[in-house]
Amino acid sequence: MTALLEVEELRAGYGATQVLHGLSFSVVEGGVTTLLGGNGAGKTTTLRALCGMVARSGAIRMAGRSIASLSTEDIARLGVAHVPDGRGTFSRLTVEENLQLGAISRRDPQGIASDMRRIYGYFPILERRSSQQAGMLSGGEQQMLAVGRALMLRPKLMLLDEPSFGLAPRVVRELFAILAALKANEGVSILLVEQNASIALDLADHAYLLETGRIVFSGPARDIREDEKIRRSYLGY
Amino acid sequence: MSLPSDETLEAVPQPAVAGRMSPSLLVRSGFGLSALAVALILPLLTPSFLTFQLTLVLVYAIAIMGLNLLTGFNGQFSLGHSAFYAIGAYTAAILMDKASLPYALTLPAAGVTCFIFGFLFGLPALRLEGVYLALATFALAVATPQILKLSPLEYWTGGVQGIVIDKPDAPFGLPLNQDQWLYYFTLLVAVAMTIVATNLVASRTGRSMMAIRDNPTAARSMGINIALYKSLTFGVSALYTGVAGALGAIVVQFVAPDSFTFFLSISLLVGLVVGGVGWIPGAFFGGAFVLFVPNFAESLSKGLSGAVYGVMIILLIYVMPSGAAGLARMAGRLRHARGDRS
Amino acid sequence: MELLLQQILAGLATGTIYACIALAIVMTYLAIGHLNFAQGEMAMFSTFVAWQLIQWGVPYWITFLATISLSFLGGVLIERVVLRPIHNAPVLSHVAVFIGLLAILNSLAGFIWNFSVKPFPTPFGTAALGEGGFVSAHQVGMIAVTLVVLAFLYAFFRFTRIGLAMRAAAADPVSARLVGIRVDWMMALGWGMASSIGAIAGMMIAPIVFLEPNMMLGVLLYGFAGAVLGGLASPLGAVCGGLIVGVIENLAGTFIPVIGGELKFTIALVVIVAVLLMKPQGLFGRPVLHRV
Repeated sequence: MTALLEVEELRAGYGATQVLHGLSFSVVEGGVTTLLGGNGAGKTTTLRALCGMVARSGAIRMAGRSIASLSTEDIARLGVAHVPDGRGTFSRLTVEENLQLGAISRRDPQGIASDMRRIYGYFPILERRSSQQAGMLSGGEQQMLAVGRALMLRPKLMLLDEPSFGLAPRVVRELFAILAALKANEGVSILLVEQNASIALDLADHAYLLETGRIVFSGPARDIREDEKIRRSYLGY
Repeated sequence: MSLPSDETLEAVPQPAVAGRMSPSLLVRSGFGLSALAVALILPLLTPSFLTFQLTLVLVYAIAIMGLNLLTGFNGQFSLGHSAFYAIGAYTAAILMDKASLPYALTLPAAGVTCFIFGFLFGLPALRLEGVYLALATFALAVATPQILKLSPLEYWTGGVQGIVIDKPDAPFGLPLNQDQWLYYFTLLVAVAMTIVATNLVASRTGRSMMAIRDNPTAARSMGINIALYKSLTFGVSALYTGVAGALGAIVVQFVAPDSFTFFLSISLLVGLVVGGVGWIPGAFFGGAFVLFVPNFAESLSKGLSGAVYGVMIILLIYVMPSGAAGLARMAGRLRHARGDRS
Repeated sequence: MELLLQQILAGLATGTIYACIALAIVMTYLAIGHLNFAQGEMAMFSTFVAWQLIQWGVPYWITFLATISLSFLGGVLIERVVLRPIHNAPVLSHVAVFIGLLAILNSLAGFIWNFSVKPFPTPFGTAALGEGGFVSAHQVGMIAVTLVVLAFLYAFFRFTRIGLAMRAAAADPVSARLVGIRVDWMMALGWGMASSIGAIAGMMIAPIVFLEPNMMLGVLLYGFAGAVLGGLASPLGAVCGGLIVGVIENLAGTFIPVIGGELKFTIALVVIVAVLLMKPQGLFGRPVLHRV
């Protein structure tokens, strides 16, 4: 099982405030790795640091190649699709334009067209609303649009920042069922950041627990899920 | 990337509590007091024309302060402050010319007049945001000289030729010449208005203004009456710039429509940015820039004075993107980083 | 009634000038996300360059194309060189830099070519057309050129990938980076295009208002008004806005006694502001819904 993404001693922060204090973790190729933690743990900052959206230091390697000093857009072009918190939807553009933008850095029109069809297959609601302004979609639909847009990149690695945030439980279950299908069919590696530990652990292969900028636990997701002692002491349930 | 160690996170300045002054407040007051001391002595040493120019710097500073309250602290972009300056100037000139009002009393008259105009303009402007507000205020700026030139109003405004007024003498037989007296008079008004403005932005009202700028929806849901605050801010902002206009008229002894064109609005905006948006004392740096740099540019090259001025603005923004306020902030941070915790 | 009709048509004719400029302004706004105060001066400078080429004997249409290309390069250069250091500065600092640019270009043009008024040739001839000769061949040609540019822009933004990328970059640079768009180069491209369109506008209106460093100041304001009236969201809105401004200005000047002549521009602006109060996004703007 090779590591697609390797991170060593990642430090990052905003201005004078340091948020991450030397994280080391990796994402296995073809698998789902989840980064859990409460508010303020540094989960969003981690994803932003990986994409070069905040000042960072440390080693970050993707498929063996260092990306620690690349710009956000260059990292995206290497096949890293980041679905940020807030979803990053272009609210004044249509649903279809948002999806097209996901593939804007690709050069294979046939592949793009077939991907678009496949994604409409996963998210039929998007096809129904394809010419509506994206800003008019509900929270759940916007989240689906964000995931769909990420898939249009044909990414090697998908970074998902709290996809369950602000969504009703039923919508969350629907979304994660689709993520499970993506995991099975698309062969894309996923780094999933979540507060909702139970649903994340159902999907993930490997889990890390983040607390105030440090990793306090690392292990197979199954271990946390099944070991009551670990679960209770780290996740409280 | 080097990051500060954990201990510097503790060096947060304590809020000024009665009886106990934090180090940063002391330093800032020190700066303010020494600047004031210099300002008091200066006109006794400088030639009359320089005193006259320094007085104008103070006048522009007050005008810029007004713009800062509206655009910097409340987020309403205005290209129209030349109009309020003009209204203040003409109010003073007409009252002195037609009603023989003592010059000192024209200031409150100009202030009140402009407050009313500003408030009234602010009411419909509530519906406009950003670029659309820019256009509306821009219309105001362009309309003002045209209205001032209108024939039916000529009796009052003096038409294209404007109004000439007399320069006041120092009162109570003080041993000051006219330029020096006007300087001290303006300085007094400037200091008073600075203190009022500083207290305003530090108060609850000020925080409400800034809340409206940063997140109007959140502000509204916290119970802040957006319409009232925005219109009031417009009024206060116009008041400041109007008082500046009145002072300007007295100092220059002359008002005419073409002194108050859109270019004055642009100058005030440049002064605002140079001084630093959202920092009251920055207005003085802005005023100095707007008065002296164009003259300096002209002395460098008559034919290309505009180009030199433009280059200087751009270079200044490169070096200080947030104006003088940015420098002050950086200086404050350096003090903290060095562990200044006495 | 006939007078009204005549004045409306005459207003439309002058409105073509404003439509042209409004188009350039909206183009800039779509490409870079805020207004460029120096737009008018850049257009004026480009027109002077064109004039110089013509003085050196270059035929009109070659000059036209050359000026468009040079303006494009100029716009890209300004964005990459002058604006690069302030990318992260607050919006008002950008405004100050634009003002600086404005001053530089105006002064430079006056210095190189002096402030005397110069005639600028038109490729469309000077024949007067229509009943009573109220519109000139040049104005018809100007409308045609404006429509061609409009069609090009519409197609560019609507149907090309790079047009979509530019719209995304201007609307939300952070999200645009996340999909791999090189936002900095999109901005530069936008500036180049805006600069070219400004050059076209300048070359079209110079035969009417005559060429001198301050030529844009008078008409820029009308163009700005037209752009905002049209809603800043679409090139078509800009053109319509500009035409409407021309009509309003003309009607105000004709039908409002005495003051009308002195306050033409003010009245036009008052009408526009009144429209904005009723429709804050302009006539053709799409209301933006904010989901809280």
